Amino acid sequence: MLFTLSDVEVSALAPDLIRNDFAVELRDVVKLYGTMAAVDHVSMSIRHNEFFSLLGPSGCGKTTCLRMIAGFERPTSGQILIDSKIMGLTPPFQRNVNTVFQSYALFPHMTVEQNVAFGLEMKGISRAEIVRRVGEALSLVRLPHLAKRYPKQMSGGQQQRVALARALVNRPKVLLLDEPLGALDLKLRKEMQIELKTLQRDVGITFIYVTHDQEEALTMSDRIAVMSHGKALQIGSPLEIYERPACKFVADFIGETNFLEGRVIAINGEFATLSVATGHTFTGRRVNGLQVGEIATLSVRPEKMQLVEHPVDGAANTYEVTVFSIAYVGSDTRVIINLGDQRLDVWEQNSTSTLNPDDYFFKPGEKAWLTFKPENALVLAQ
Amino acid sequence: MLQTIRERKGLQVLGLMFPGGVWLIVFFALPLALIFAISFMSRDDLSRPALPLTLANYQQTFDLLYINLFLFSVGLSLLTTLITLLIAFPVALFMARLPKRWRNLMTLLVMIPFWTNFLVRTYALQFLMRANGPINTLLLGLGLIDEPVQLLSTPFAVLVGLVYGELPFMILPLYTSLEKFDWSMIEAAQDLGANALNTLLRVMLPLTAPGILAGSILVFVPSVGSYITVELMGGGKINMIGRVIAQQFGQSSNWPFGSAISLLLMVVVTIAALIYFRIGRGERGAI
Amino acid sequence: MSNETSTIVVMGEREEIFPQEPAERQRVRPGRLALVTITLLTFAFLYVPIAILVVFSFNDARTGAVWQGFTLDWYARLFRNERLLDAALRSLIIATVSTAGSVVIGTMTALAMERFRFRSKTFWDGLLYMPVIVPEIVAGVSLLLFFATAGIERGFFTLVVSHIAFSMPFVYLTVRARLADFDLSIEEAAKDLGADEWVTFRRITLPLLMPGIVSGALLAFTLSVDDFIISFFVTGKGWDTLPIYIWSALKRGVTPEVNAVSAMLLLFSATLVVGSLILQRRRSY
Repeated sequence: MLFTLSDVEVSALAPDLIRNDFAVELRDVVKLYGTMAAVDHVSMSIRHNEFFSLLGPSGCGKTTCLRMIAGFERPTSGQILIDSKIMGLTPPFQRNVNTVFQSYALFPHMTVEQNVAFGLEMKGISRAEIVRRVGEALSLVRLPHLAKRYPKQMSGGQQQRVALARALVNRPKVLLLDEPLGALDLKLRKEMQIELKTLQRDVGITFIYVTHDQEEALTMSDRIAVMSHGKALQIGSPLEIYERPACKFVADFIGETNFLEGRVIAINGEFATLSVATGHTFTGRRVNGLQVGEIATLSVRPEKMQLVEHPVDGAANTYEVTVFSIAYVGSDTRVIINLGDQRLDVWEQNSTSTLNPDDYFFKPGEKAWLTFKPENALVLAQ
Repeated sequence: MLQTIRERKGLQVLGLMFPGGVWLIVFFALPLALIFAISFMSRDDLSRPALPLTLANYQQTFDLLYINLFLFSVGLSLLTTLITLLIAFPVALFMARLPKRWRNLMTLLVMIPFWTNFLVRTYALQFLMRANGPINTLLLGLGLIDEPVQLLSTPFAVLVGLVYGELPFMILPLYTSLEKFDWSMIEAAQDLGANALNTLLRVMLPLTAPGILAGSILVFVPSVGSYITVELMGGGKINMIGRVIAQQFGQSSNWPFGSAISLLLMVVVTIAALIYFRIGRGERGAI
Repeated sequence: MSNETSTIVVMGEREEIFPQEPAERQRVRPGRLALVTITLLTFAFLYVPIAILVVFSFNDARTGAVWQGFTLDWYARLFRNERLLDAALRSLIIATVSTAGSVVIGTMTALAMERFRFRSKTFWDGLLYMPVIVPEIVAGVSLLLFFATAGIERGFFTLVVSHIAFSMPFVYLTVRARLADFDLSIEEAAKDLGADEWVTFRRITLPLLMPGIVSGALLAFTLSVDDFIISFFVTGKGWDTLPIYIWSALKRGVTPEVNAVSAMLLLFSATLVVGSLILQRRRSY
C-alpha cells in the first residue's frame, strides 16, 4: 500500500531528511583590512527560517560578516555558503539574499512603488506580476496608501518599512538586516521589533539581523551570535546566552552582572568555590572545566541576589554587607552594597505597591545580609 | 581570483582616467614644458624659435626695465590682494550671519560676477571712468569740475580695475569658510574673557585661515598675470607682466623671450602656490 | 584675567537669524552698522558699473554719456550686424561642442578620482588644479606655442580642445563634490536587488549625479562663451568668437552697439550661472 507524507509530517518524523542543510554557513571566515582582522576565523551555521542575530559592540565585525554574506565584501579566506552553495566571487546581484540597510538606502529619485518594483524588474518579471507583488508587499508592511510618495516625504518608520518591502518582495532565501531599527526612536523601535518578528514568522524567511542592542537581540532572535573583536564568542539561544554565558565578555555584554575575581579553592561536581579578594568565598556553577588553583571570575546577575534582614543559617554565599546607595526605578529598586571594598549591584523587585519609602528595603549605611544560590551564579575562566 | 578583480579595477581606472589624463597632459602640461624649452631658444630669420640654445632671453629679463616690471606687477597684485581681503572680510562676515534665505540671495549676487564675462565687466568699469564717461559727465553736470578728470591710464585705475574684477574671488571662499564657522566659539571666547580684538585674532582668523588663503591665491594669481585689466584700464600707458607676454607673442613676435617671461611668471605663481600649500595645506572646494 | 565672572554658557542650537541679543550686547550694534554699510557699498561697487552699462545701451546718443532718450536702435543693429552674429554663432557652436566634451571627460575623471584608489592619484589631483594656478595668459601662449610647434592649424579644433582643457576641471570639481556626498549604500542596495554594475550606474548613479553634471555643464558653457584670453591666442582665421569680436570693437573705439552686445552677453551668462547654482543647491529629491 502506498501512502505519502506531507512535508510537515516528514520534518516532524525526521527533521534531517528535508532540512539537513543550512540557509547560510560561514566556514572559518577571515576578513583582513590591511593587517587588522575585522573578522577573525568565524564559523557559524544559520538554519532555515531562523531569526539569527549578530550581536556585539560597534567594530566587532558583525556588519562585515553581513556584508560578506550579501557579497559587498569578499572574505580574505574561508568560505561562505548560501543554501549549501559556495558563494566565492558571486556578485551581490546574483545572490539570493536581500539586504535592509541601516540607512535604508532607498532610491531617492524613485517613488515607493518604483523602489519596491526595482528588484522584480531586474529579474525580468512581467509587468502585471510586478504590480501584483508590489501591492502585496506594500500591504504586508501596511503602506499601500503611500505607493506614489517619494522617500523624502515619509517618516523614518515608514521609510524603514519600504526598505523591508523592497527586500521581501523578491522572496529571498535570506534577508539580511543591518541595524534596521537603529535610526528609530525607542517607542517605534519596540513596535517594530514585534512587527519584524511576526513578519518573519509569517513569511518564513531566514533573517540575519545585525544589532548592538542586546535587548533587541534577546526579544527577537531564535539564536544569537555574540561577537567581539572579530570573533564569534558564543552562539546560542537568548536563554543560553543570558543564563549560561560562555565567557566574561558575554556575561558582561548581555544584561548586567557583578564580577568577583578570585582563586578556585574547591571543585564539587558542577560547582566551583572561589576565594575572592575581600576574603569571602563564593560558590557558583563551574564552566570551561576549571581546576583548583586557577584564577577565575564569579559572575552573578543583580536580580539573582537577595538582600535579607535575617540570614538562613548555613546558607551558601551569605554575608553581611553595608548598603551604599539605593535608587528607585519603578519596576525595581537598585541597591548598591559594599562587601568589604567590593561594590555590588542588587536589584530587588518592587512586588508591592506603596508610597512609603520605608517599605522599600534598606537605607544607605544600614547593614543587611546578601544571599544567592550557587546555581544562580557562574564561575568563569579568565 | 583576487588578481583578476584587481586587474579589472585597474582597467576601469585606466579607462575612466584616460581622456582626462590625456587632455591635461597634452593641453596643459606639454605646452608648459614647451614654454620651458622655447625660453632657451634663439630666433631664426623669420623670428621663429630656433637653435642654438641660449640664455640670452633670461639675460634680457635682468634689464632694469623688466625687473621694475616684475616688481610693479607683484607689488600691485599684492596690494590688490590686501585691498580685496580688507573689503571682502566684513562683507563675507555680514553674509554669513544673515538668515538662510538672504544668505542664498547674497551668494547668488557674488556668484554672478564670479562667473560672468570678465572682459565685459572690466569694460563696464572702464566705460564708467572714461573722460567722457558717466562719472565725468555727472561731475561736470554738477559743476564740481570744469574739465574731465583723467581717471583712466593710471596705476590707480589698474588697481581699481583689478580690485573690481577680483573681488568676487575673495568674497566667495571667505564666505564659504565663515559660513561653516561655529559662532558659539565667539561666545565661548568672550565668556572666557577675550575682548573683540582678541576674539578676532585668536579665534576667528585662525579658523578662517583656509578661506583667507584660498581667496588670496585666487586673487593674486590672475592679478599678477592680468592682461585685460591692464590693457583696458591702463590705456596702453601702464605695463604689467601679462601685457608684456601678450606683446611678445603679438606684435613683437619674440616667442623665446615671451616664453622666458612666462616662465618667470610661472615661478612667481608657483611660489605663491607653495606658500599657500605650506601654510594652508590647501583646502579642497574653496573655489 | 579681567573677567571675574566667567559664566558657564550652554551652547545650544542657534536661531539662524541675528539672535535676539541680550541687552548687554546691544553695544555691538555700531559694528553691525559698519558691516551693513561696507556690504552695501561693495555690492554697489560690483553692480553699478554693469547697471550703467546696461542703461547706456538704451541711450539714444552715438557718443558721450549724456542721456538723450530711450532707444532700442543699438539692439536692432546687433541683429543686422553679420560679423557679430557670425561671431556669436561660432561662440555657441564652440561652447556646445566643448561643453559636451568637458562633461563626458570631467564626469569620467570625477568617477575615477572619487571611486578608486590608485598610485598616481596625487599627481592627477595636482594636475587638475592647474587651471586655477596657471595664469590664463600663460595657458594661452603655451597653447599657441604648442599648436604652432605641432603644426596644427588654428581654428575650430584648437578652440574646442583648449576650451575643454580649461573647463573640464570645473565639471570635474562639481561632479566630484556630488559624488563625495553620494550614499554608497544606495548603489549597494541596487546590486543587492539584482542590478549589475552597468544597470546600477545607468538607473541609480547617473540619475542621482545628474544635477551635478548639468550644473557643471552650465558652468563649462559659460566659461567657454565668456573666454577671451585663451581663445585670443588659439583662434585662427575666420574663427573669431564673440568676446574676441567685442575686444576688437573696443580697440577700434566704443560704440553703443558694444554696450548692447555686452549687456546681452552678461544677461546670457548670468542666466546660465543662476541656473547652475539652482541645480547645485537642489538636494537630490
